[in-house]
Amino acid sequence: MASEDEIFEKVREALVEALGVDDDEVTPEATLQGDLDAESIDFLDIVFRLEKSFDIKIERGELFPEDILTNVEYVEDGKVNDSGIAKLRERMPFADLTKFEAEPSVQNLGQQLTVKDMCNFVAFKLAA
Amino acid sequence: MRWFWIDRYTEFVSGSHAVAVKGVTLAEDHLHDHMAGYPIMPNSLVVEGMAQAGGLLVSERYEFRELVVLGKLAKAKFHSCVRNGETLTYRVKIETIRSDGAAVSGTAHVGDRLHAKATLFFARLGDANEALQGQRLFHPNHLRHWLSLVGIFEVGVHQDGTPMKEKDYPLTECATDPA
Repeated sequence: MASEDEIFEKVREALVEALGVDDDEVTPEATLQGDLDAESIDFLDIVFRLEKSFDIKIERGELFPEDILTNVEYVEDGKVNDSGIAKLRERMPFADLTKFEAEPSVQNLGQQLTVKDMCNFVAFKLAA
Repeated sequence: MRWFWIDRYTEFVSGSHAVAVKGVTLAEDHLHDHMAGYPIMPNSLVVEGMAQAGGLLVSERYEFRELVVLGKLAKAKFHSCVRNGETLTYRVKIETIRSDGAAVSGTAHVGDRLHAKATLFFARLGDANEALQGQRLFHPNHLRHWLSLVGIFEVGVHQDGTPMKEKDYPLTECATDPA
């Protein structure tokens, strides 16, 4: 089982390669879209690298459940409703959604996903 | 200008790899502007050639049903200049593929000379994109024509070696679509 540090190092390596950022920009608190300028196609790149690096299989929507964010049952006026938040919590046990819950605009979820969340996601997958 | 940056496939193995060629000729207008007096095939168009060769390889895995677009050029390195009279050979290989996209590695050679190496990411755009754009970005009839021009069904094989046949793809259903 990989340690927290080992996971962080491999995630950092994947992000440096996929996003063309410097090592020191990839901190646990850095947000993927906000701080590291990741775009949607980059997530595919990152996911492929993580799959290879950790020998895991990541299904579409597992890291970023876009299906919830586009489902009218869970989104009202551009904001995720209570059922949607509950669904996100269920699907993203690895992410700290506290900040998102305070301002649950759809676009905020991607903006607030951090490197730490991604490391937690990998740990969650490795433990599964 | 026609946006065809591969002339023909010489090898196409479904879900695996493909080889395509492109002859560089002074008949192409863009060479006379790049550079004036010293024509060089622009490397951006070499990448486009790799993207077309790889994009159709990826698209075949989705039965040519949906739009596959180059989403990202993750890495590219160029080692030489390609001149008129030379032939580029693109070799592309699917590294990873899943329902929403694929990673492809590619090289461009002139003879034995390695000219370029790249990693490309393709995104698969489904019906949602069509609804968003309000129109099709790519008409199936045009795709069918393109596949025919580049000889996919002349050299294409499945992984067990059996030939790929045009009738096995939903492309034939497009025959009645307006061009």
